[in-house]
Amino acid sequence: MEEKQPVLELQHVSVGYDSPAGMVQAVNDVSLTIYENTIVGLIGESGSGKSTLGNAIMHLMKNNAVLTSGTIKVMGKDVYSLTKNELRKFRWSQMAMVFQSAMNALNPVLTVEDQILDVFLSHDKSMSKKEAKKRARELMDVVSIDPRYLKSYPHELSGGMRQRVVIAIAIALDPKLVIMDEPTTALDVVVQRSILDKIKEIQKVKKFAILFISHDFSLVSELASKVAIMYAGRFIEVTDSHSLMNAKEHHPYTEGLIRAIPHLTAEEVTIEGIPGNPPNLVELPTGCAYHPRCRYANELCKKKRPEMRHVDTRDIECHLYETVQK
Amino acid sequence: MRYVIHRLGFFVLSLWAAITINFILPRMMPGNPADAMFAKFQGQLTPAALDAMKKAYGIGQSNLWHQYIDYLHGLFTFNWGLSFMQYPTPVSDMIKASVPWTLGLVGIATLLSVFVGTTLGVYISWKRKGLLDNTLPVVSMIFQAMPYFWMALLFVFIFGFKLNWFPMSHGYDPAITPGFNGTYLSSVLSHAFLPGVTLLLGSLSGWIVGMRNNMINTLGEDYVTFAEAKGVSSSRLMFSYAARNAILPQLTSFAIAIGNVVSGSILTEQVFSYPGIGNQLTSAVTSQDFPMIQASFLLIAVSVLVANLIVDLLYSRLDPRIRTGGLRNEG
Repeated sequence: MEEKQPVLELQHVSVGYDSPAGMVQAVNDVSLTIYENTIVGLIGESGSGKSTLGNAIMHLMKNNAVLTSGTIKVMGKDVYSLTKNELRKFRWSQMAMVFQSAMNALNPVLTVEDQILDVFLSHDKSMSKKEAKKRARELMDVVSIDPRYLKSYPHELSGGMRQRVVIAIAIALDPKLVIMDEPTTALDVVVQRSILDKIKEIQKVKKFAILFISHDFSLVSELASKVAIMYAGRFIEVTDSHSLMNAKEHHPYTEGLIRAIPHLTAEEVTIEGIPGNPPNLVELPTGCAYHPRCRYANELCKKKRPEMRHVDTRDIECHLYETVQK
Repeated sequence: MRYVIHRLGFFVLSLWAAITINFILPRMMPGNPADAMFAKFQGQLTPAALDAMKKAYGIGQSNLWHQYIDYLHGLFTFNWGLSFMQYPTPVSDMIKASVPWTLGLVGIATLLSVFVGTTLGVYISWKRKGLLDNTLPVVSMIFQAMPYFWMALLFVFIFGFKLNWFPMSHGYDPAITPGFNGTYLSSVLSHAFLPGVTLLLGSLSGWIVGMRNNMINTLGEDYVTFAEAKGVSSSRLMFSYAARNAILPQLTSFAIAIGNVVSGSILTEQVFSYPGIGNQLTSAVTSQDFPMIQASFLLIAVSVLVANLIVDLLYSRLDPRIRTGGLRNEG
């Protein structure tokens, strides 16, 4: 197997929100490595900390979010050691992000072209406007939008087109890592599919790594080669997507998610949800954060937080697998 | 372009409505100007004089339609009738004498207030939670909360009467002959200073706080974060992405503010005995000078309409979502 270069390295990363009630840990001690030319999925329900992690990687801390511990390295560089200006240059040339809300990611009073030109002209002061315009046209081709829409304002485009413009802006400087924070959530199913196909197609050509954040289980398992499942700020399972769908041993939460997927071919359709609500991050349950909702929970789960164990091809953080191999 | 024509059409229609209502309203009131004039002289006029006056005013001699045509004709030839109060000065002369003062004072004070307030609003929202952000909105709000005629009186008392830094009343020193020269202009400026500052302080807070709040909302928008992430410089981020969007709601307030310029700040002009239209209107109302009142109201209505037209057109320049047409599929 060839030696692959790590694009993103998360080491024991914790991110908290500084609130009047004290530090609220939204991301708690997560580690993950993404290698070049791979797609990694990040799944979790609302409030599990997945977007917070995405923003933390980009060093775009909003609402008093702070990196409380750990290191985040992109292309071997510690994102948090860069100065403000270095960071401004580093972002987008090495790592870019596609935001959750395609509808709001574009400035309503500037044309599509101006917003694409801004990327080129902010990063390369020596680039001529003519050259930048040429590059903008090429980008529109890559995302399959007629270049005459360059002169349009965002409100003149459909939701799917806007999201494609956002993707075009994200890949403008050929970053090595693109974080996609629920890029298809605001779109209808048909458009979702075409955007997804486009992302796959571009990724095949440009070979950047993707951290694909979503709460759509089946979407991620189809797209990604590796999937991390997040619950209450922790990775409770990290698995390759093949064993996600086929292997038997999973974290009870993952099991719950799998059971919640409707199967078209199944004769008897029973969809089960996971009982209870996501935990309150201010008052996390003791021990394993999932124990109040877990069907296998026992006394140990309430007292002691399980450690990450390697189970077959997967990493699972659950007491059920502590007896299995280390 | 269709938008512009549409707005212009709407402007003409509402202008006609304003003019016509201005014609109908006084005619629906009981009595007529000749009777009012007759009563004013308390029996010193003979009934023959009353008849003569009625003829001169055109009362009772023609039908309403003719009067309306005459009125429209007079309107566009600046023949707006004679003032009762300063009979027989034409109303148009009185308006010509007072409007420039109001436009100069209130107009400039309003523009300055909008410009300074909006700029400060942008600045303090950018340096949020800084010293200026914590103090400026509160201080400016205190000034706005004060009744502004009271603030004007206070200023006259302190800076005019006690300290004698600025003149207390009038538009310029009556000892100076008006003309385009330094002494006259500096006299006008020093007379306009106190009323101008009062108007500015009285309205500044709205612009500062309004712009600050719009900015804070806009800075929380995804497109600002996205632009920040893609590496846009902070000045471009602040102006082209944040302020450019945050200024749009301010325009609506601006339309209302410039519409109010001509109606003037009646109280400020009263306190400073400023020779503007507000002062004229007050004395016209107290002396029942109907031609003057009618002309003033018309002027106010027209200026509000013109202000709205200007802002509508400006809005369409600044917000592409207002403009219709543009590139659309196979358009």
